[in-house]
Amino acid sequence: MLAYAIRRLLSAIPTLFIIITLAFFMMRLAPGGPFDREKQLPPEIEANILRAYNLDKPVHEQYFDYLKNILKGDFGPSYKYLDFTVTDLIMTGFPVSLRLGLYAIVLAVIFGVSAGTIAALKQNSTFDYLVMGFAMTGIVIPNFVMAPLLALIFGVYLSLLPVAGWGGGALKYQILPVITLALPQIAYIARLTRGSMVEVMNSNFIRTARAKGLAEKTVVVRHALRGGLLPVVSYLGPATAAVITGSVVIESIFDVPGIGRYFVNGALNRDYPVVMGVVIFYAVLIIVLNLLVDLVYGFLDPRVKVE
Amino acid sequence: MKRLIRLSWRRFFLTALMTVAMTAAAGTALAGGTLRVASMGEPASLDPHKVSGTWENYVVGDMFVGLTTENPKAEPIPGVAESWTVSEDGKTYTFKLRQSSWSDGTPMTANDFVFSMQRILDPETAAEYASLLYIIEGAEAVNKGEAKPESLSVKALDDQTLEIKLVGPAPYFLALLTHYTAYPVPKHVIEKVGKEWTKPQNMVVNGPYKLVEWIPNTHVKLTKNDKYWDAASLSLDNLTFYTQEDRAAVQKRFRAGEIDVAMDFASDQIGWLRKNMPAETRIAPYMGIYYYPINSAVEPFTDVRIRKALSMAINREAIVDKVLKTGELAAYSFVPPGVAYYDKPSEVDWKDVPFGERQKMAKDLLAEAGYGPDNPLELTLRYNTSENHKRIAVAVVSMWKAIGVKAELFNSEVKVHYADLKQGDFQVARAGWIADYNDAQNFLYLLETRTGANNYGRYSNPEYDQLMLDAEVTSDLQKRGEMMRKAEMLAMRDQPVIPIYHYVSKNLVSQKVVGFEDNPQDIHRWRYVSLK
Repeated sequence: MLAYAIRRLLSAIPTLFIIITLAFFMMRLAPGGPFDREKQLPPEIEANILRAYNLDKPVHEQYFDYLKNILKGDFGPSYKYLDFTVTDLIMTGFPVSLRLGLYAIVLAVIFGVSAGTIAALKQNSTFDYLVMGFAMTGIVIPNFVMAPLLALIFGVYLSLLPVAGWGGGALKYQILPVITLALPQIAYIARLTRGSMVEVMNSNFIRTARAKGLAEKTVVVRHALRGGLLPVVSYLGPATAAVITGSVVIESIFDVPGIGRYFVNGALNRDYPVVMGVVIFYAVLIIVLNLLVDLVYGFLDPRVKVE
Repeated sequence: MKRLIRLSWRRFFLTALMTVAMTAAAGTALAGGTLRVASMGEPASLDPHKVSGTWENYVVGDMFVGLTTENPKAEPIPGVAESWTVSEDGKTYTFKLRQSSWSDGTPMTANDFVFSMQRILDPETAAEYASLLYIIEGAEAVNKGEAKPESLSVKALDDQTLEIKLVGPAPYFLALLTHYTAYPVPKHVIEKVGKEWTKPQNMVVNGPYKLVEWIPNTHVKLTKNDKYWDAASLSLDNLTFYTQEDRAAVQKRFRAGEIDVAMDFASDQIGWLRKNMPAETRIAPYMGIYYYPINSAVEPFTDVRIRKALSMAINREAIVDKVLKTGELAAYSFVPPGVAYYDKPSEVDWKDVPFGERQKMAKDLLAEAGYGPDNPLELTLRYNTSENHKRIAVAVVSMWKAIGVKAELFNSEVKVHYADLKQGDFQVARAGWIADYNDAQNFLYLLETRTGANNYGRYSNPEYDQLMLDAEVTSDLQKRGEMMRKAEMLAMRDQPVIPIYHYVSKNLVSQKVVGFEDNPQDIHRWRYVSLK
């Protein structure tokens, strides 16, 4: 298994290289540059700035300089947050997004799998319809509607939780962002689990387990879940990567210092190094998490051979 | 066990007594406390030579003090310079500096200002706003790399005396020195640690508040600087700036009491705010203009009749009253009211014509220029993506439709928008301009030929240019105002830009906050503010 993992990681390097190259040149295709302002800069000042950031060099030269630098671990300065480097920003932002994202995913797995499983077991009952109805709403209501709604109810009207802010990471500041992040995931995982469990519960090996006289609980938890969770596990790989790299909407509305905003605002600001930094970061995360998913898959389903 | 309890009871009573006594004492002293401000944007930097926005001004403006500084009404008052003399021709200023020090105790001298001015103009610093100081002799050449920084006409005559020579008399110079481009920066720290000087462990300031912590996208925390020469007058102990940009969320935080001052709110909330929080809602005239430059370099907009018609057909009162509703002023001049030494801006001569008649006059002008129902004028109106810009643009397009003009809308995000305006790639577009300093020249220079790219529509009128040049070298402030007013009259006749409205500042200020005074520059120094 170790050999497999290492092989997978090595073969990901060319993929990463292509992603970096594509991102680098695509960013520069967008009109406008990082230093365009509402008040137009006098030409000599603009020239000074472009020179200070090596933006006056031809594009291919900038590209090779960039590759050389990232191999040394230098991802460059930010063009917008002038007092910080890209590494500073990702190092301070990622732990926040990671924390919120992991809590959200854990919540999503616990509630989503439980609800989905029970719904599958009680197929077509009131409980089943309730769960699936809730799941539909959770998927359909966008987070930029859910977030201000929760902030208004719990923050302004009930004064139970802060409306926004991070407060150094104290628990009360995390509750609303985590719930908003988790809700659509709970909904989606519940649906996935239900669908897959319904299928598994009708398969032969479950009938065998029941025939052996095993308690229903054992049948479900020890036998059915392993197979029923396979689609959920596949989904979780990229979903976790997406959730732990933060959501620009959640971060803007709850004023949380994660890295989600850098994806969007970085592009809008034409902050090339920041965008490159987060794109590379995200790509690496997806590669690693997909590998983990495949390994877990092999563990869950003995029919799958990892070679 | 009993003994322990007895001891702890005594201690309890003693502590309780002390607490009561101290609270009573504190209650009679200045309130102190921490002010929480939503500054509405992440600072690009805390280095005054690297910033260019209002949101940074709110933070940096109490960390440093320049030669002159602002009073609560944002009028210039002595800062580090306690007095000055101006030569006859208005071109040489000699400042006498007070005895003061940096927050680490190092004495502040005139050499600090020499260093700072050279630094911001040094092309290596790549300061965005350096052009604001071009009025200083030698500044433009230094910034263009044509002369060495030492050639700048800013000289320390001795430790407490600074001499600055200007290119021409500039009555607004003392007001300009309040701007952060003219702030001093600590030479002794920058020479030691370079770019890292703005990190909390290094940063040294000369203003009332100094840096404690800056976590990007979370907050900036400042605390009282005891070495500030007027520290005794400061009330607030600490300042916390939240940099969230989502105005709806900021308003909710204000409602929940998590923020004391919010430096902006969404215009469409004005109805709700006026009804539910009238005392906290502060609206005041703001020195800025919202306008539509017309590209005078492309056909058919070279024809003044077409530009005039487009401008006349807009019902500004409807936009201000029905679309914006936050008390903005309909604009018939380019310079807003209330600017220093500029009593009455020059307005278009058709301002008082009733709107119905104006529409007819506009249609006639278009007909003269060759456009009518069988040959409608077609154009594209550009704006940068934002809810308010869209609502105004939609209203304007329907107003133009009423005189037979077919206009299409095109929006793009702000960088693309201004990149294209820079290239002259537009017909009519939306733009805004907030004054850098309280002087009409800061608006009118936008229409001079030599201004280049900031003159988006490339308006070029030799008579206008000459009037502005003459005004630049006139030291009589009244005469100068007159010349600029004549220039503005030409522009209002030619309509190279369509003025739409003059801005208002929008703030939410908790009733616990004392000392926050509305002023046309929306500059509020926290050193004058206290909490009830």
